[in-house]
Amino acid sequence: MSALADTIATPPARRASGEAMLEIRDLHAYYGKSHILQGVDLDVGAGEVVSLLGRNGVGRSTLVKAVMGEVPPRGAIRFKGHWIAGLPNHRIARLGLGYVPEHRDVFPYLTVRQNLQLGVKNPRRPGKWRLEQMLDMFPNLARRADSPAGVLSGGEKQMLTICRTLMGDPDLMMIDEPTEGLAPLIVRQVGDLIAEIARAGVAILLVEQKLSIALDISHRVYVMGHGRIVFEGTPAELRANDGVRREWLEV
Amino acid sequence: MEVVVFSLLNGLLYGLLLFMLSSGLTLIFSMMGVLNFAHASFYMLGAYLAYAMGGQIGFWPALFLAPVLVGVAGALVERYGLRPVHANGHVAELLFTFGLAYLIEEIVKLFWGKQPVPYRVPDVLSQPIFTLFETTYPAFRVFMMVVALLMFGVLWLLLKRTRAGLMIQAALTHPHMVGHLGHNVPLIFMTVFGIGCALAGLAGVIGGAILVTEPGMAHSLGPIVFVVVVVGGMGSLTGAFVASLLIGMLQTFAIAVGASIGDLLRLVGIPVAPHGELTGITLAQIAPMLPFLLLVLILIFRPRGLMGARET
Ligand SMILES: Nc1ncnc2c1ncn2[C@@H]1O[C@H](COP(=O)(O)OP(=O)(O)OP(=O)(O)O)[C@@H](O)[C@H]1O
Ligand SMILES: [Mg+2]
Repeated sequence: MSALADTIATPPARRASGEAMLEIRDLHAYYGKSHILQGVDLDVGAGEVVSLLGRNGVGRSTLVKAVMGEVPPRGAIRFKGHWIAGLPNHRIARLGLGYVPEHRDVFPYLTVRQNLQLGVKNPRRPGKWRLEQMLDMFPNLARRADSPAGVLSGGEKQMLTICRTLMGDPDLMMIDEPTEGLAPLIVRQVGDLIAEIARAGVAILLVEQKLSIALDISHRVYVMGHGRIVFEGTPAELRANDGVRREWLEV
Repeated sequence: MEVVVFSLLNGLLYGLLLFMLSSGLTLIFSMMGVLNFAHASFYMLGAYLAYAMGGQIGFWPALFLAPVLVGVAGALVERYGLRPVHANGHVAELLFTFGLAYLIEEIVKLFWGKQPVPYRVPDVLSQPIFTLFETTYPAFRVFMMVVALLMFGVLWLLLKRTRAGLMIQAALTHPHMVGHLGHNVPLIFMTVFGIGCALAGLAGVIGGAILVTEPGMAHSLGPIVFVVVVVGGMGSLTGAFVASLLIGMLQTFAIAVGASIGDLLRLVGIPVAPHGELTGITLAQIAPMLPFLLLVLILIFRPRGLMGARET
């Protein structure tokens, strides 16, 4: 167990299934004729940090995209009691589900500050995350607050996209591969930020490839292989399970 | 001197008219990826509505009401026409706007006939406002320039200084991400489409009075407006403004200068026969060609346009 994990509050004990914040049941998704998701079941409880692991191309991104309707979902998706499969993405977001996609899509011609402002859903009802507070946390962003976001480095863009989604006060955040291609020091910063968000009580569904980060900060992990969940358990259980790691994770 | 000044004024006038049409189109084009062939039809609709309403309620209320009506029509077209068609891809959308352009033209012919209608500006505006080189310059032209410049200013402020403007700018490049943040992108699309059409309508109210109001007026401006959008750069208001003026000037000056190709070649030191088959062609003759030549060259050598955010 690392220091990071200790700092995250234990999530409220999950009640019997059917009570999770996000429930995914028998989810299928297709790209044209190729059957990418082949019946996925997955839960994230309130305040829980859950990681979704797996090798390249197994369909992890497709899963979060299907939740947001970016890929047409077939199956049942319930968030805070609402059936959200197929709703327009802004309706889903307004229910409190935040999504940080995999490509660090900052709005390149808007300034860092304007990017953050657009994360706010209703300017008359600001949430618990304040713009100035975000900038205080990240001196790199503060220094570039009035520059176009397009000039930021990869790590800074990632921080910005996470903070931008946070400005909308989500109850659950789905973050897709936030550490991909980043230097170790930056990976560490991104990990700290996610831990900080979790400490504030926001549930997190983290799509990751780097086992270390995911195992450190998660309460539970899922491993995906070929469009199906092949393992579900605690980080300790995954560490102990050489078979799953060898077959589905290590390259 | 006289020729230069009047060409400048006319180029400015024509350029500003092009800008009024292209400002909306450039936003629609880059945001939705819709090549809206019917955009100039909304310009025509503005002119005819102003003519029809002007007779009943007078020019000034019509100046305001006609664009509003055209804008509402545009928003309805987006909501109940383009949006369902969008699901079937860009080619379907393109064909839709193509059909719509002809539909509007036929409707106009049905109501107002094939001949030009006598749409005129009120007397106050048809009086000369100043005299240059013994030629008078009508007030209405100055009025149009002022309206176009105001429009540029207001649009620029809306886009750069308001939250709605930020959303539009963000949606120009990343519409899905804007939606993931909880903003209603389809509503933004409909609004931008409606406002774009309203601006085209306003251009029609004014342009119809300066030029002619007839069923072919959409056809005669439509292609040039696309040139402006591509040359200016997708989604760039400033780009559309600069490109409009550039093309406006280019065309008026080419017409005004009496020189032939041969004259030009000799000017740069290439001795050719003054009245040969090719060298005898005057600039005025090739003026209509110039914008499209520019379009082709820009697409080859600078696909982002002058100030565009991304490639066409
Ligand atoms: N737009 C698309 N069209 C067709 N196939 C796609 C598309 N996007 C992804 N795929 C395919 O779907 C499968 C799952 O893709 P997905 O992006 O979900 O993978 P992933 O698990 O996130 O892995 P990684 O992000 O490392 O590539 C892959 O085999 C991929 O080739
Ligand atoms: Mg992925």
